[in-house]
Amino acid sequence: MLHLLFLVPVLPFCGFVVLALFGRWLDRRQVAAIGVGSIGLSALFALLVGFDFVIAPPEGDAFSQSLWTWINVGGFTPHIAFYLDSLSVIMILVVTVVGFLIHVYSAEYMEDEPDGYARFFACMNLFVGSMLTLVLADNLLLLYLGWEGVGLCSYLLIGFWYTDPANGRAARKAFTVTRVGDTALLVGLLLLFTKLGTLQIQPLMQLASEHWVVGSSITVAAAGLLLGGALGKSAQLPLQTWLPDAMAGPTPVSALIHAATMVTAGVYLIARMNVLFTLSPVIQTTVAAVGAGTLILAGFSALTQRDIKRVLAYSTISQIGYMFLAVGVGAWSAAMFHFMTHAFFKALLFMGAGVVIVGLHHEQDMFKMGGLRKQTPLVFWTFVAGSLSLAALPLVTAGFYSKDAILAGAWASDAGGRWLWAAGLCGALLTSLYTFRMVFLTFFGEERTPYHLKPGVRLLLPLVVLAFLSIVAGFLDLPRTLGNQPWFSDFMHTSLPETKEIAGSTERNLQIVASLVSIGGILAAYYVFLREPGLVRRLVITPLGAAVHRFWFVGWGFDWAYDNLIVGTYVWVARANRADVFDLPIRAIALINQAGHIVLSRTETGRLRWYATSVAFGAIVAVGIVVFVT
Amino acid sequence: MILTWLIVEVFAGGILAWISGRWGRLWPRVISLLTLSVHMVILIVLWVHYFGPMSATPHSPFVIETTHSWIPQLGISYHLAMDGLSMLLIMLTNFLGIMAVACSWNAIQERVGFFHFNLLWIVAAIMGVFLAIDLFLFYFFWELMLVPLYFLIGFWGYENRTYASIKFFIFTQAGGLLMLVAILGLFFVHGNATGVYTFNYNELLGTPMSESTARWLMLGFFAAFAVKLPVVPLHTWLPDAHTQAPTAGSVALAGLVLKVGAYGMIRFLVPLFPEAALDFSNVAMGLAVAGILYGAVLAFAQTDIKRLVAYTSISHMGFVLLGIFAWNELALEGAVMIMLAHAITTGALFILVGDLNDRIHTRDMGRMGGLWQTAPRMGGVALFFAVASLGLPGLGNFVGEFLVVLGTYQANTTMAVLATLGLIVSVVYSLWMIQVAFLGPNHLGWKLPDMKLREGAIMATMIAVIVWFGLFPQSILATARQSITNLQQIVATTRPEEKTQAPVDAPNVVLPDEWEGP
Repeated sequence: MLHLLFLVPVLPFCGFVVLALFGRWLDRRQVAAIGVGSIGLSALFALLVGFDFVIAPPEGDAFSQSLWTWINVGGFTPHIAFYLDSLSVIMILVVTVVGFLIHVYSAEYMEDEPDGYARFFACMNLFVGSMLTLVLADNLLLLYLGWEGVGLCSYLLIGFWYTDPANGRAARKAFTVTRVGDTALLVGLLLLFTKLGTLQIQPLMQLASEHWVVGSSITVAAAGLLLGGALGKSAQLPLQTWLPDAMAGPTPVSALIHAATMVTAGVYLIARMNVLFTLSPVIQTTVAAVGAGTLILAGFSALTQRDIKRVLAYSTISQIGYMFLAVGVGAWSAAMFHFMTHAFFKALLFMGAGVVIVGLHHEQDMFKMGGLRKQTPLVFWTFVAGSLSLAALPLVTAGFYSKDAILAGAWASDAGGRWLWAAGLCGALLTSLYTFRMVFLTFFGEERTPYHLKPGVRLLLPLVVLAFLSIVAGFLDLPRTLGNQPWFSDFMHTSLPETKEIAGSTERNLQIVASLVSIGGILAAYYVFLREPGLVRRLVITPLGAAVHRFWFVGWGFDWAYDNLIVGTYVWVARANRADVFDLPIRAIALINQAGHIVLSRTETGRLRWYATSVAFGAIVAVGIVVFVT
Repeated sequence: MILTWLIVEVFAGGILAWISGRWGRLWPRVISLLTLSVHMVILIVLWVHYFGPMSATPHSPFVIETTHSWIPQLGISYHLAMDGLSMLLIMLTNFLGIMAVACSWNAIQERVGFFHFNLLWIVAAIMGVFLAIDLFLFYFFWELMLVPLYFLIGFWGYENRTYASIKFFIFTQAGGLLMLVAILGLFFVHGNATGVYTFNYNELLGTPMSESTARWLMLGFFAAFAVKLPVVPLHTWLPDAHTQAPTAGSVALAGLVLKVGAYGMIRFLVPLFPEAALDFSNVAMGLAVAGILYGAVLAFAQTDIKRLVAYTSISHMGFVLLGIFAWNELALEGAVMIMLAHAITTGALFILVGDLNDRIHTRDMGRMGGLWQTAPRMGGVALFFAVASLGLPGLGNFVGEFLVVLGTYQANTTMAVLATLGLIVSVVYSLWMIQVAFLGPNHLGWKLPDMKLREGAIMATMIAVIVWFGLFPQSILATARQSITNLQQIVATTRPEEKTQAPVDAPNVVLPDEWEGP
């Protein structure tokens, strides 16, 4: 079965090619069949391959498959080759299964689009293919191909409704900002190849650990450059500004790309290159610090948004902050576990929000929603399941187990572990608050906008499946204090380093604190946003409250700074030099010649007197030169 | 013999096309297409024969060579030779020639015979440039290429064509003149030193000369090639010429004329003056990076869509210059790859802009917008080539740019890192172009016929080639490898202190050929 691995990324690409070339001649049923079917088959093969991998692990717990030699120049020989280990097994399973569910959902969600149905599925398929290439790549150049591919799809899908220039702007912003990070990654690739002579990930890691000293400047440079790439793609400080705007795309896109899969590419990259980050403790600590900072900043911003999708966007930034925190403290498997549970519940929340938005005639402002739990009970219950998981309700939700593993890892870390843990805990409180603010505003209270949608089975089935997964996926990795069945961690540890352990009693205490914070946050949200909404209203009309609210609402002013400092300057310089300063001397030469032409042609008057005078004058000058100069 | 045929066939086809213009408008088009198609078939056969998987690796520098005495008194011979590098560039020339004929099929309605005569003579002269190994012959073809191009811009160009064609001619002529002086200088220096007065490239290699002589002669060549490439600040003829030329002329300019400059540097400038080029390399790389960034910023500032595409050429050719002066295998292979991929990408963008101009009769981006709505296929194709030109992996341009920066990183880390900034700014102008022309609201209410069969076929071919370059670049890289190795050897013999490929501080890395898991 393992040798069918190549089909997993290739099938979505095939779907893309068919839809891109022949999409306009296909009707909607055919488009949906191809678009959803290619991902479905891909998911099927991913399941088969994953099953085979778990049942009969290949030698060395890894399997690689080379299709052809991509480039062979001067000792640089990247192949088009895939590498499967437990890390990539989890990645492809989540990407294909969640991707498949979102495609099923999209088939109904996008049905009312006047045009672009085929374009939508072509891009979605291309995205899944690129993402699978990214996570399966056996060398960094192929990874970079997938990396840029998902960036492109993100651009195409954010700008899906292209007639509105605002969407185009958001799309270009996403591509450009992530490209800044990508360029850092590219320079990292140049550095790694120049110093170690290969870009193939496994030999590269081996060589790095053999030749490089822990903490040496070269490791700092290499890991730092890769981190730059990860920051862009995963929307972490200071390159997080593109993600909230990315919500301009259709909701399934937000679910697939900007929540469940693409944005976790940075986490995957760091996990994949874990040797390099372990060799460079400074950078690894930076990763943790960036994660901690991002999760808090984004949490505050999420708390102030009115647009339900922007709440979820900031929540995504914040949750990926947790994953960064996890990889930064060396809790590798916890990061991947949170990646998986987050993919389930965040895709679910986005798709639930999508149904609500369509049902309210594309109203995204939560303050115009309300009371929806009666109209659409199934969406309500699944949404609550996802929200509880996001808020990490103790014991019964997946989010609890994954977040708990991260907090334990942070506590155990040597590099300022208590502070990182405190930041994570603070983020957990914020998470509960903004999540249930969203739930209460949307589904409780009085009805503010009439709801009209009767969702079909293709919209609801993915919600139910994901709600189920958001609850039970946590049981895959039970901590020592609660059953001690760490299947997931054990599986991950065949490819990732072990996490540092803490004492069982400490772990139990940490869990109790985290549980209290989670439940406390939910109760506080209930009190503040449902029971006594006037409390907040009074707070935000005070001058200080309003300023802080505004500051959080606009995402801590990053956009403002970038727009004015970088974008503004660039546009100004470009416009000012539109005529090309280097052309000026050239034009000057031409003008001088033309002037000379005019002056000299004036001398050709046709009058003999004038000519005679000129000759005489010239003769005098010539004689004068001869006499006086020599 | 076959080399002579390669050039003569196209020259003759051009004359025939001119004559046939008397019989009707269709004749010149058909004759040109046939001439170039037959030519393409011959080239593919030659390619497979000499560079295909079955062929033995040639040991001599050139796989085919033809020499005839021409003016023996002056040491001038008719000397053509082909290696992998010239093979690739001739195939490119031929391919773009076909595309140029195809894209002018309906656009050119006046003096059709003379148009095709000019077009084919440009193609033939450029092939001559790529094949000539005698410096005098090289200069002959070099100048020959200008005249039909001048006519092409001057007769069939847009509103400001006279200005553009004269500017183009003066720039290249001035550069060419400096090269002629340098060629003659080299001729006499070599004659004085060895007693043999010759224009033969193979004999002129390794001519002993003083450092300052070498520098001045090298700069003479550099002037001519830098104008063609073009290198900032000698680029200002290009936006005017590209913008004002008819579509076929823009394709020839961007796809072929610029490549001639790069080819000249690889084949002549560095091998003839290795030391001087090495001393000059930091300056040249600085100019290259300046070009990459400056071209990109200016491209973004344009409002004329054709001018925008023209400025992107300056940016991309900066990478080629960078690769040439980094002068290692990675960088040179990358430079060759960019030459090919850029020719096709930019050629396609010019053809597309031409098709667009045929429909809406303007190049002003302010009068576009929302065209995707009415012509989605054109939008999709434009997007594809915009994305190719911003260096998306999986497409040809990326392979070239990556190899160039990888090679440059080993030669000059700072320049490589600065050059990668070009990858960011290229996103800005590419996406801006797509946004303004094709996306947004269709505020002028354009209703356009979408791409027709002929236009679609041109674009489909070019897309296929770019994808092929991106996914299977090895077929191209392998063809160029032997000639690049030969050129590197020539240079290495005169640069004894030259550092070898391996970076200084690399550990002794022994890698398994095929890595099979941990």
